[in-house]
Amino acid sequence: MDIQFTEEQELLRSSVQRLLRDQYDFEARRKIAASEEGFSRKQWAAFAELGLLAAPFSEAAGGLGGGPLSTMIVMHEFGRHLVVEPFVETVVLAGGLIEHVGTPEQQQSFIPEIVDGSKVWTLAWTEKASRFDFANVTTRARREGSDYVLTGAKTMVIAAPWADYLIVSARTAGDDRDRGGVSLFVVDRRATGVDLQSFKTIDGRRAAEVSLRDARGQLLGAEGEGVAALEACRDRAIGALCAETVGAIGELNAATLDYSKTRKQFGTTIGSFQVLQHRMVDMFIAHQEALSLMQHLSLSLSAGDSALSRLASGAKSKIGYAGKFVADQAVQLHGGMGMTDELNVGHYFKRISSINIQFGDPAFHVLRYAQLDAAA
Amino acid sequence: MELNLSREDAAFRDEVRTFIAENYPQEMRVPNPETDLTKEQSLLWHRILHKRGWIAPLWPREYGGPGWSVTQRFIFEQETSRAGTLPPLAFSVTMVGPVIYTFGNEVQKKKFLPRILAGEDWWCQGYSEPGSGSDLATVRTKAVRDGDHYIVNGHKTWTTLAQHADWIFCLVRTDPNAKPQSGISFLLIDMKSPGVTVRPIITIDGSHEVNDVFLEDVRVPVENLVGEENKGWTYAKFLLGNERTSMAGIGRSTRYITRLKQIVKAEIPADDPAHLEFLRDIARIELDVLALEATELRVVAQMARGIDPGPAASLFKIRGTEIFQDITELTHRAIGNYGLAIREHPVSANRFMPGPDYGHTASEKYLNARKLSIYGGSNEIQRNIIAKAVLGL
Repeated sequence: MDIQFTEEQELLRSSVQRLLRDQYDFEARRKIAASEEGFSRKQWAAFAELGLLAAPFSEAAGGLGGGPLSTMIVMHEFGRHLVVEPFVETVVLAGGLIEHVGTPEQQQSFIPEIVDGSKVWTLAWTEKASRFDFANVTTRARREGSDYVLTGAKTMVIAAPWADYLIVSARTAGDDRDRGGVSLFVVDRRATGVDLQSFKTIDGRRAAEVSLRDARGQLLGAEGEGVAALEACRDRAIGALCAETVGAIGELNAATLDYSKTRKQFGTTIGSFQVLQHRMVDMFIAHQEALSLMQHLSLSLSAGDSALSRLASGAKSKIGYAGKFVADQAVQLHGGMGMTDELNVGHYFKRISSINIQFGDPAFHVLRYAQLDAAA
Repeated sequence: MELNLSREDAAFRDEVRTFIAENYPQEMRVPNPETDLTKEQSLLWHRILHKRGWIAPLWPREYGGPGWSVTQRFIFEQETSRAGTLPPLAFSVTMVGPVIYTFGNEVQKKKFLPRILAGEDWWCQGYSEPGSGSDLATVRTKAVRDGDHYIVNGHKTWTTLAQHADWIFCLVRTDPNAKPQSGISFLLIDMKSPGVTVRPIITIDGSHEVNDVFLEDVRVPVENLVGEENKGWTYAKFLLGNERTSMAGIGRSTRYITRLKQIVKAEIPADDPAHLEFLRDIARIELDVLALEATELRVVAQMARGIDPGPAASLFKIRGTEIFQDITELTHRAIGNYGLAIREHPVSANRFMPGPDYGHTASEKYLNARKLSIYGGSNEIQRNIIAKAVLGL
């Protein structure tokens, strides 16, 4: 199994590569992350222009029909360049939910504005006690006329300060940890009753604590069926985040190998020390395995395999551990330089650390992988 | 775990414990003492210890040490570290002080030692250079004799807290033609000298702990040479031995494990399968600490009987740093989604940090701890030392 890209996919890859090579080197990225807003609307427009924001959507929904493989291609390159813009949040999470569970009216209303880059979205599901459990929801929604009003608090919502719309999970029935009774809502981030406290994340992005007090929301998907929708959404997100991790791993390995061939200590390059050679071989193997699993997962996502969710958890765990191992060793082998804010290595380390938290850490997902097997 | 203490030693332990409880400054109890204290604040405890005569446990009594036995020194180390007190600046008290009283002349001893004890001079370490990390013997900073001065030119790096420093002790090359180890001298340089520039290095946790120090035509009086010219390597190695002794960090690890347990209890419900996973992971780390602590106590007991511990320091450095990295990593995992946030530096009360208080330093500690396996001789180098000196390979 090795994905042979179609002409279209190859074109997508080379055009993303070209754009990022020309406009998104590490210094450009540093400036973007340090800017007041924390991401670049200009880059976002360039991504839209290039069709990246349309790539995964079906043609019926106004996209280019590239599906999960196009997401993989884009995110792999984004991982290599540490792109901070909210592609996963807007296109994969929110766009995916709208496409999969939204009404035709909602699709027609929201997707074109995602595709043309005019609106940024994110998903607000985490709460103080939720950890990685979609069903652990205390935010409440009650019906008021044709709409709903939401009250509660969401925590650690990545990209919320940038977003025009939030998709919020809230309880319409059941107790705080019940699987049933969770619904999804589209909330205008600037609506009355929505308050944000923003902060920076470890990987140089922005997030917010979101409080909702009688904030108006529009139901997305079937009432009470939000957890299943979120689980499918997580599988797609994992496909994207795994590709991003693999892109980062590749860059870390290349940088470490390069450094080991030039850095001299004790009269020779440090790459000539056997203990470091073996370490780098293990990093290479970790990359190969992660890359293969990434492809396997993306193909399964495209085919809609029945055991997809279990595979997604397996990949999130295995690729997460691979990323952690490579990032640790890349910092270690770069010595003090690996600890600096100046060098990109530490930033890949932080991005991988951050991915490893989002939607569940590798330990959570290996357990889920085991449990889904036992349940089958 | 405790040493079998004699009645006198037990009384000493109680005395130290009480003294810490009654005297450790409340304003030093901040979320992250390493980064959140001003220079003046971080010297408060130093001055209290100095007043009590306990600032320099290692030093002989004639230079201002307390004249403690090996066991007493260990008890003091154990009690202060268990109580979470900020250790006095190691570069001053543990590193340059012993070099000066062991190899320095009388004038140097009189000039520098009392000021180190009193916390009047803040020292930093001019060892590493961009091209000399693990391989310290290749330092390139040059000191050229000009009458009764040396003219020093070079670039030191990873200089911890140089931004506060009054003095820097430097390894400099005085004989460019000798073998790497034999052309090095140990020079004391006033940070206020013209030609000394400090440039901050910001690390991945966002903090400013380390610096580049540039030395451009810095004139250093010859009287600031410690010991003999070109014998600096001997003094440097002596100093590194001291640097590595106290890296087991049992007290610190124990405190962080206690906090980790509280976090796991608060964050992860007992019926979540992850709860048991965390308990298992914590237990494994506790056993690592227990085994290292038992090793440390065994070595202390041997030293008390006059047996040379050899490169035990390398073992402590390797395991102590690996254990602490494991703890900070597990703590970062335990706070779940809050691990995505990080405090901004310089720390300001106005900046918002989400999540419960106990998680506020978890991200920065996790990131900062990556340095532990790199600095003070990387763990790879420590393994080389054991391979060579213990296993004879």
